[in-house]
Amino acid sequence: MSTHEDVLSSENLPHEPEKATLEGKNKFLGFWFFLGGETVLFASLFGTYLALRNSFGNAEGTPTQELFGLELVFIMTVILLTSSLTSVYAMYHMKNHDFKKMMVWLAITVILGASFLGLEVYEFNHYVHEYGHTFTSHAFGSAFYALVGFHGAHVAFGLCWILALMFRNAKRGLNLYNAPKFYIASLYWHFIDVVWVFIFTVVYLMGKVG
Amino acid sequence: MSTATLEKRGFGATLWDYLTTVDHKKIAILYLLGGAFFFLLGGLEAMLIRLQLMVPDNELIGAQFYNEVMTMHGTTMIFLAAMPLIFAFMNAVVPLQIGARDVAFPFLNSLGFWLFLFGGVLLNCSWFLGGAPDAGWTGYAPLSIWSPTHGVDFYAVGLQISGFGTLMGGINFIVTIVNMRAPGMTYMRMPLFTWTAFVASILILFAFPALTIGLFLMTFDRLFGANFFVPDMGGNEIIWEHIFWIFGHPEVYILVLPAFGIFSEIISTFSKKRLFGYSSMVFATVLIAFLGFMVWAHHMFTVGMGPIANSIFAIATMAIAVPTGIKIFNWLLTMWGGNIRMTTPMLWAAGFIPTFTIGGMTGVMVAVAAADFQYHDTYFVVAHFHYVIVGGVVFGLIAATHYWWPIMFGKVLDEKLGKWTFWTFFIGFHLTFFIQHFLGLIGMPRRYWKFLPGQDLETGNFISTIGALLMAVGTIILLYNVIKTTVKGEMCSQDPWDGRTLEWSIPNPTPHYNFKQLPLVRGLDPVWIEKTQGNGKVIPAEPVNDIHMPNNSFLPFMISLGLFIAGFGFIYRPDTSFGYVLIAIGLIITFGSMLIRSLKDDTGHHIHKEDLEKEGAGVE
Repeated sequence: MSTHEDVLSSENLPHEPEKATLEGKNKFLGFWFFLGGETVLFASLFGTYLALRNSFGNAEGTPTQELFGLELVFIMTVILLTSSLTSVYAMYHMKNHDFKKMMVWLAITVILGASFLGLEVYEFNHYVHEYGHTFTSHAFGSAFYALVGFHGAHVAFGLCWILALMFRNAKRGLNLYNAPKFYIASLYWHFIDVVWVFIFTVVYLMGKVG
Repeated sequence: MSTATLEKRGFGATLWDYLTTVDHKKIAILYLLGGAFFFLLGGLEAMLIRLQLMVPDNELIGAQFYNEVMTMHGTTMIFLAAMPLIFAFMNAVVPLQIGARDVAFPFLNSLGFWLFLFGGVLLNCSWFLGGAPDAGWTGYAPLSIWSPTHGVDFYAVGLQISGFGTLMGGINFIVTIVNMRAPGMTYMRMPLFTWTAFVASILILFAFPALTIGLFLMTFDRLFGANFFVPDMGGNEIIWEHIFWIFGHPEVYILVLPAFGIFSEIISTFSKKRLFGYSSMVFATVLIAFLGFMVWAHHMFTVGMGPIANSIFAIATMAIAVPTGIKIFNWLLTMWGGNIRMTTPMLWAAGFIPTFTIGGMTGVMVAVAAADFQYHDTYFVVAHFHYVIVGGVVFGLIAATHYWWPIMFGKVLDEKLGKWTFWTFFIGFHLTFFIQHFLGLIGMPRRYWKFLPGQDLETGNFISTIGALLMAVGTIILLYNVIKTTVKGEMCSQDPWDGRTLEWSIPNPTPHYNFKQLPLVRGLDPVWIEKTQGNGKVIPAEPVNDIHMPNNSFLPFMISLGLFIAGFGFIYRPDTSFGYVLIAIGLIITFGSMLIRSLKDDTGHHIHKEDLEKEGAGVE
């Protein structure tokens, strides 16, 4: 039986510190289920987007073929997918109890995530000012910003989350209490990467050729 | 004992205890109080509807107010009464039935309750702020988009907040049941209420996010100038109907499956028999849940989806009758040859079976797409869903109130008054709704403010209103029973019904750690097994040891309060820039509290072995 002190100690960590306590196991399983719910959330948004894509009614608007440019979106995709890889490295070092290397890789993940977000802001700004493609201009605009914006908000939340964990634990190292927290934050990060793969395919690729 | 010290505390200390509690038993009581309050409110709204429709061409309440009352009756009953009451019993009973000391996420459990409460209060604030929502509980576009008052905004934001709470509750119970069962409690030894709570939680997980998105889209359209449901701007109103029913149909099963679980427990206990066909009951529960996701469009037969789509959804809907039929026959065969005791909970169970069967039969009738064009939007549909929701869910909740009152409050509700409640409510219910089938068949549309004389609708509506009054009498008797038992009732034994499942093995009142030693489960109905094959005591699976318990926290209240404040900000932002101030304050409170939760270590506390031994020997 573990006591408070054991949970917060960095000594003698087991092989998989993220799943060594009941709290950790609960967090791990609960978070997977939460991601199941998130999948339905994004599925509803994808469905709405597909129904309203290029749907302008009586309003003026630019169709997807002219609106999207694949170059920037491709760079964004590479950046976000790479950040998924770096978060895997971070978790690899966590399982080997190497706190410092984990923090380094998490920092790289955060930098990549932030650059993705910066490019997305640039992209939205470009659509609004060059094409007048806004949230309120027509149903397509509403559906586009709802879907891609929801994803962007998830990225922003993930960045804040990982940064909060890094600052909070910077001075005390890995333990059984914070290992599950790091682990589910990385699960979340993978999830928003997977959602982006679908956005890249359904919104941008299908928008360009469909 | 621990409760003795509790009673000596002042009112302030008790209030603070409940505001910060993470104990599933206290959260259950909070859910019960909150749900009961909204149930009475929704009942009051129902009475207004029936009084308005008592006589033709009535002017008791105005048309606009009628629309608000009718909308809020449905919304309140589904989201703010039935859901929290289901959660009340899941919280009170599931951890005890699986032999756990708490739920997997006690903090989230408390957060779920406060989000529900603040969401419900926000929604009902609309009554005092220019009018309640008036677009029906389904909030169909374009009616909901063009509704001029802030009512529908309150609907979208209030349900959004309480919906978050429900989603958290669902995840919490899934993980609790997967990870925290006592030694020996395999899946196929779980009591049926736990099984149905488990399956309903999975339904919550996959159904509620659709509602979340639907409400977001509605909010965006109404408050942020988006065009999802505005055809002029390329929008499509049918999207709302699909998203709403993708949530809405599983919601029906989220409500009724736990009620099925409740009746399975009650019928087995009071027939003194193992539940007939336990495995087929589990199978039927899972199958109903699976099919429940494939039938949403049967609410939309008249939308014009075409004969192929209508046929597919019609057949999928009818298929649900098969697992439901399996359940009905299993209950009957459990009673068959049993040693039946007609206590109040058993009376409700016996009343439930024919009532729900009628509701199921009319369900198959409305599932016939071609015939549904005739039934759609008439009182036939109103009668149908009240037979399943009242006859299934409300009967189940009242039965559970009587059955598990000893677990929650340590006393047995008065049996004589309980039977009075049953007969008045049961007769009142059938009087109200049976006649509505025929009102619907001769063409009375639902949701109409008044009907005209000379169309053969007078007698039916009058009878219906009399029945509703009788249901109100039944509810008042139940309330009186609760008050009387609380004031005058005596503490009962730990097992007043001669129960079969683990919750009846715990001393009365339940210690806050539930099980001093985790129990060893030797089969289905573990307490019954020990009564018949052992010495009547459940065998402990571990020596007396330190028990790890979670700490209380005020943060769930603060997180929910922040969203409540921000909700007003979002609603009034288009009118006044003060809205932005409210949004800022609210979100700072919410995200600030979340940040504190994330940054502050909370590893819980231990109850020490020595203190446990002082309270009595390890084995009861």
